[in-house]
Amino acid sequence: MKIDRRCFLSFIVGGAAGTALSPLPWKITDDLSIWSQNWPWTPVPSRGETSFVTSTCTLCPGGCGIRVRKVDERAVKVDGLKGHPVNDGGLCILGLAAAQLLYASTRVRGPLKKVDGAWREISWADAIQEIAATLADLRAKGQPQSVAWISESDRGTTAELCKRFLTVYGSPNYFRTPSLQDAYETALYLTQGQRAMAGFDAAQADFVLSFSSGLIEGWGSPVYMFRARNAMRQHGGRIGQVEPRLSKTAAKADQWVPITPGTEGALALGLIHVIIAEGLYRKNFIDSRSTGFDALKQLVGASYAPEAVAKLTGIEAKTIVDLAKAFAAAKKPLAVCGRGSGRIPGGLQEVLAVHYLNALAGNINQPGGVIAVPEPEYIDWPEPEMDAVASQGVQQPRLDGAGRGSFPLARYLLNRLPEVLTAGSSAPVQALFVSGANPAYSLADTQAVAKAFSKVPLIVSLSSYMDETAAMAHYILPSHAHLERYEDVPAALGFPKPILGLSKPAVKPVFKTKYVGDVVMALAKAVGGSVAGAFGWESYEACLKQTLGGAWDTLVKNGYVVDGQFKPAEFETASQTFEFTNPALATLPAYAVQRVPGDEKSFPLTLIPYDTMRLASGPIGSPPFLMKALEETALQQNTSLVDVNPATAKELGLAEGSAAVLSTPKGSARVKVHLFDGIMPGLLALPRGLGHTAYDTYLAGKGVNTNALIGPVEDPGSGFEAGWGIRANLTRA
Amino acid sequence: MEKPQENVTSAAGHGEKEDGAGAAIVLFFILGLVASLVIGWIFFPPLVYSTKRQPVDFNHVKHMELVSDGCESCHFFRPDGTYSGVPQLAQCIQCHEEPNGEDPEEVKFVEEFVKKGREVPWLVYSRQPACVFFSHAAHVKMAQMDCVTCHGHIGESENLRPYQENRISGYSRDIWGKNPLGLRRNSWDRMKMDVCAECHAGAHVNPGSVQTQKDGCFVCHK
Repeated sequence: MKIDRRCFLSFIVGGAAGTALSPLPWKITDDLSIWSQNWPWTPVPSRGETSFVTSTCTLCPGGCGIRVRKVDERAVKVDGLKGHPVNDGGLCILGLAAAQLLYASTRVRGPLKKVDGAWREISWADAIQEIAATLADLRAKGQPQSVAWISESDRGTTAELCKRFLTVYGSPNYFRTPSLQDAYETALYLTQGQRAMAGFDAAQADFVLSFSSGLIEGWGSPVYMFRARNAMRQHGGRIGQVEPRLSKTAAKADQWVPITPGTEGALALGLIHVIIAEGLYRKNFIDSRSTGFDALKQLVGASYAPEAVAKLTGIEAKTIVDLAKAFAAAKKPLAVCGRGSGRIPGGLQEVLAVHYLNALAGNINQPGGVIAVPEPEYIDWPEPEMDAVASQGVQQPRLDGAGRGSFPLARYLLNRLPEVLTAGSSAPVQALFVSGANPAYSLADTQAVAKAFSKVPLIVSLSSYMDETAAMAHYILPSHAHLERYEDVPAALGFPKPILGLSKPAVKPVFKTKYVGDVVMALAKAVGGSVAGAFGWESYEACLKQTLGGAWDTLVKNGYVVDGQFKPAEFETASQTFEFTNPALATLPAYAVQRVPGDEKSFPLTLIPYDTMRLASGPIGSPPFLMKALEETALQQNTSLVDVNPATAKELGLAEGSAAVLSTPKGSARVKVHLFDGIMPGLLALPRGLGHTAYDTYLAGKGVNTNALIGPVEDPGSGFEAGWGIRANLTRA
Repeated sequence: MEKPQENVTSAAGHGEKEDGAGAAIVLFFILGLVASLVIGWIFFPPLVYSTKRQPVDFNHVKHMELVSDGCESCHFFRPDGTYSGVPQLAQCIQCHEEPNGEDPEEVKFVEEFVKKGREVPWLVYSRQPACVFFSHAAHVKMAQMDCVTCHGHIGESENLRPYQENRISGYSRDIWGKNPLGLRRNSWDRMKMDVCAECHAGAHVNPGSVQTQKDGCFVCHK
């Protein structure tokens, strides 16, 4: 028998036949298919018991009710709470992605101390002790006023505890980050004599005239405004959007009126001119419930006639007259202002002009109008005992000059702090606490802010995340993230009724964190003396429970308490009427078009930032889900896209997708060109919320931070941040 | 005639030569066939699986004697209708905070898991791949099916048998079944798609997806 090649082949054929007749190939094919359909790295929700926790979202001041779905102890999904007066089941993309923030790699996992430029872990006890020792030292030196605290809010128990701490310690320097609230609160105070928040009953209005406000792009309480807009459209309401760029809000409005940026106030005054001249105002309200109408008439005299306003705003005189008539003819017209999502306060005279429009329409404190929502008053703690150092310290002038001198109306002017810090040779702030805010990212001219903060010998960040300010700090005392803590939510921004919400922990703290309220108490106890004495509570939770008193049980059960029978208070001015003029208003510099920095020769264009719902631009960094959902017209790979009108681009020799350098008096950045017919010629627009230097790889180094290119502009008279943009140039890279 | 003759001769001559070679070819074919059959049927099946022991042994019989509600005493439905599956430590602790007897497995359970507060990493024989959606409520509550239909007589076992894990897919051998060909005698011998489909088709339940009204892929693969 000869064994040759054919035998070998025969063996193979036999083997193949045998294999095919055995389970081997079929079983392996099956196993491989199961394996490949269930890669171990494919995320699969963990198994376990499903439960739900109702709470209130604290990622923005919108005050939405949320329902957190948990599988065992892990939060897996956040939804809007059905039946909640603010959002009724709806939720914004940031709120929906909140579980990603909870488990984010950018969370600070425990207290950190910077040693030789590197972060070292430190125990809570040591961190509190070391910081308290510095604080005690500053008091001993008689400089308690050199301690400052920056926070996103000044309402609710957490903010009140921080303020109380500063007061008994001896410092007047508590700062709330700038926002549209500053200007609206002041406008209401000046004209109506009330310390109140502006609420907008847009749902019941039948004509909303928006001066660059992103009604569906994060303005006010974002989800409430979405719902209100839909509701008003359902009953036939119309929206007029005055804005230099075709934003989403403008695209969905009934009328879009492009306007030269910074002249919104002039248009409002022009509309007032027409309404008065044609006698279209509500005589009932003006005659019986207002004073100073003649002064208003005088104010909008010849200089704000339609032709004059047309020159300022770039809007045709006929359009101005038509707009005024349409506004006055509506049954329940409502005018709102604040650019984009209302990140900057803007000029006070501008807000006042828009508010006067509402008064002429007689819609102040009326259904469908502007409602003065009283500031919450449930926090009623005994006055703290102050020692001599504290009493003397709080008498010192505020560093930002708010409440005195040139800025008697302002309560907080954080935008002025960087300049104050940089100006002198001494360091007026010796210790700076930052909680719930990210000023190193969100204040205009980030380079100047970084330089100013570098002069502060002790910065303590109480952030849950490694944000820009935390990265700059000397200590990080990380707070619980928003799904891990109890906190009262004292209002829903822009919501027309008083509402009190409760944020409840949905899960146990994931890391070694402590809530801000507890950190303040621990610091006070460590400083000792009367500072410690002002905090009689065992813990923040105990303090909150005691403060909320009878409302606690309802809050725990429902998540909110709303005053359904709420009626706005009468005007509290000296005349008991709506005042178009009074001594405080008379001292304000007259309205002037808001100019932005930069000379027109070197910077022939103007850059404006815009807001989108798909980017978080406040103290929270966008979680990965938002970055995935971001439009290709905002960011491509790591490059921001700048909106340019095709005509402007042609002049500049740029095409769609061209690499370009965007330069402003404050800095320059590489961008890509996006041709957009919806932006006025001569303007450039960049989205807010990109260009982070801190956080993780999902967010850091992507795009441009508009605040790095834009410089601060101080509103004369109020001191508020009014920098809506900056002169710029765009050249081929 | 000459030509055919030649042909026959040459064919016969050739055939004689071929006989030896042909036998070798056939032999090698058979060798290959037998070897691969032996490998495929005898050596391969055990090689696909690794055998693991459960972290602690468990006696279903003993527990069944003590409870009043059968399987559902421990493997219960939660108030929202979801199925609790294998009991969690919190349930076991209700009786086993301290050892009730002297059984070494129970002592081990209390020492290793109860006292340390660790969940027992049970190896679940019936765990379906993550791409399979399965509702116990639909089968047990709505279709009134017996636990035994799918899980067999595990409730009558005194010990937990070794867990055989597929080295490739990572799932239990119970899914394919003991038989290498996937044949089965009882309804619980195998838990693959054909078994599900057979029952669904036979009983005309959910033959199509609610959403698409098409064939039943989306009934289980959401």
